[in-house]
Amino acid sequence: MKKRRASDGAAVNSELLRRPIRNCFWLFLLPTAAAFFIGFVYPFFKGFYLSFCKFTTTSDATFIGIRNYFSAFKDATFLHAFWYTALYALVSLLLINLFAFIIAYFLTQGIRGSNVFRTVFFMPNLIGGIVLGYIWSMIFNGILSQYGTSILMETKYGFWGLIILMCWQQIGYMMIIYIAGLQSIPEDMMEAAKIDGASKWHTLIHVTIPNLMPSITICTFLTLTNGFKLFDQNIALTAGQPFIWAEDGSVIKTTEMLALNIFNTFYGESTGARGVAQAKAVIFFILVAGISIAQLRATKSKEVQQ
Amino acid sequence: MRKSKLLIIALSLVMVMSVFAGCGSSGEAKGQVYWLNFKPEADEALQQIAADYTEETGVPVKIVTAASGKYESTLTAEMDKSDAPTLFVVGNPAAVSTWKDYCYDLKDTDVYNELTSDDFTLYDESGKACSIGYCFEAFGIITNVDLLKQAGYEVSDIKDFASLKAVAEDIHARAGELGFDAFTSSGMDDTSSWRFSGHLSNMPLFYEARDDEWKECPAEIKGTYLENYKNIWDLYINNAAQDKASLATGGYDAEGEFLAGKAVFFQNGSWEYAKLSETYTDEQMTMIPIYCGVEGEENAGLCAGTENCWAVNANASEDDIQATLDFMKWMVTSEKGTQVMGEQFGVIPYKAAAENNNLFLKKSNEMLADGKYTVGWTFTYTPNVNDWRAGLVAAMNKYDAGKGSWDDVEKAFVQGWADQYKAANAQ
Repeated sequence: MKKRRASDGAAVNSELLRRPIRNCFWLFLLPTAAAFFIGFVYPFFKGFYLSFCKFTTTSDATFIGIRNYFSAFKDATFLHAFWYTALYALVSLLLINLFAFIIAYFLTQGIRGSNVFRTVFFMPNLIGGIVLGYIWSMIFNGILSQYGTSILMETKYGFWGLIILMCWQQIGYMMIIYIAGLQSIPEDMMEAAKIDGASKWHTLIHVTIPNLMPSITICTFLTLTNGFKLFDQNIALTAGQPFIWAEDGSVIKTTEMLALNIFNTFYGESTGARGVAQAKAVIFFILVAGISIAQLRATKSKEVQQ
Repeated sequence: MRKSKLLIIALSLVMVMSVFAGCGSSGEAKGQVYWLNFKPEADEALQQIAADYTEETGVPVKIVTAASGKYESTLTAEMDKSDAPTLFVVGNPAAVSTWKDYCYDLKDTDVYNELTSDDFTLYDESGKACSIGYCFEAFGIITNVDLLKQAGYEVSDIKDFASLKAVAEDIHARAGELGFDAFTSSGMDDTSSWRFSGHLSNMPLFYEARDDEWKECPAEIKGTYLENYKNIWDLYINNAAQDKASLATGGYDAEGEFLAGKAVFFQNGSWEYAKLSETYTDEQMTMIPIYCGVEGEENAGLCAGTENCWAVNANASEDDIQATLDFMKWMVTSEKGTQVMGEQFGVIPYKAAAENNNLFLKKSNEMLADGKYTVGWTFTYTPNVNDWRAGLVAAMNKYDAGKGSWDDVEKAFVQGWADQYKAANAQ
């Protein structure tokens, strides 16, 4: 046992008072841990188990082995959804981060009313995905109807529509993270660059961005995983329309992303497909986890010590 | 120290457990009823009748209504809970194959013995009576008689597709001067598209099934009568106030348009009667058959059938099953129950059914009495019904906007059927 500090036993930070509380750490941990187990760990493992089963309701499943995984990989719609989602995630990652950084950069230059702008740009984040999907579908269709078409008519409209929607929603959030990053760059470093005669451009490339790498890591992680996991906005904006009928008779829902594909497999088809949907969800998890870990490694290695 | 720690663990566990215990138990030994209702429009009346039943018998009845178009997903989630629905809807052969393991055999139960017809009972392949019909419905084209008169026509002028087309096109041409149009909007969002991808598509399916004498869901269909489907669809979308390119995303409210007197024709079913009769009297409206240009269709009646079939959860406790069966029997035999059933669901195929005043169902029976043939609900055969309809809607949207051809609709219809049949029977 450590030697006790010589202090008044009644003081707030006294060992006598603190030790019993410290010994009860698990009690304080319990609510969160319980929520984590009930809300995450248990469903996760159950979902994993269900991917090897045939079932109608999840509490009543029959084990059938890895058949579901074969069906999932054979499913052309799943492959299409994968490539479509990957393309979407890449484009949204680039655009959201680019614009978020530009806006953050200008809002830290001391323009008048910066705080108002920050609030306004952040606000779209407070609206739920389904609502946003319907609002933007009205906006897009309001414009497209002038040309006798709608967002459900062409894959490219659906794609860029979703990009615009997500940019509008997420740029503000990423902007806040970039602003925090920009403000934490030490003043003296910027001043030193100025004294050394670095141009604004050089300061940006050689001082600001390297110092901003932690923010970039977080923002790329968030936009990448958000892009892959996107569901609400997808179902509300296009729900996969337009469809294409492939030569072999299968239907490709051209703007359907991975999460929506899993959902549609689960509820749209016969109960035999519920296990397949579950298998797709496991593949989906491994994919998203793998890609985001790779991305974290890559950007983290570029972070500098201040 | 050790002891007090254990005590704290025990206490906190008790606290956590009591939180969960609060969700499940209700301590009723008599059994209870939980009906997962399929029809949002009937919810209000059912809540009332549930309260009445509880007051009369002391048996708790809970009624939850799934949102429009979300029955399957709601049912899947609810069935997983410890207090799962005891009474739910299994309305077609596809639903039977999904839920048969959860269906209590209703054969020769008291409520089954009250049935007047076995036509609406759905059996699985082992011969178990999985679900029994609790109402009988009809759909067709609801017509505003007053407006039709204002335009200079009588209901009796419409006898087949040609006369329907002539009337509709004339009204549409004079819409500006008349102040109303021929058809209400044919919106293709989720709240309305089932009227066309589900109910209207019954026309080509019914006639094909009649020719080919379907006994079960065929693996492939021919689409023999798709030309007729096109006839009636073109008539709907070309003779309405709404731009047909906007149907996919316009968010229209056809019922509201009909209630406001903005159009003469509104394709929907007998379940609309309760709502429409608040505005219109029985003299002001009627329902006519859907004509689409098939030979002999002047003898067609309304499309009659049902997807409203009760199934009892076989996994519920014995007490709950008994309570549910008692409740069902009460609904179809007691004065109060039969009255609400009649008002909300239309004609019920039970011995003690109340006199029904649903105009549309009366029309359906009148047409039968006149020797017309009933157009049965063939669409209940549809494999993977949600996906098949989604494909059809997507193709129709392109066609409406002029961005796709009718060939795509045919593909979605015929090829889509074969595709979904394969998917549904893959495992």
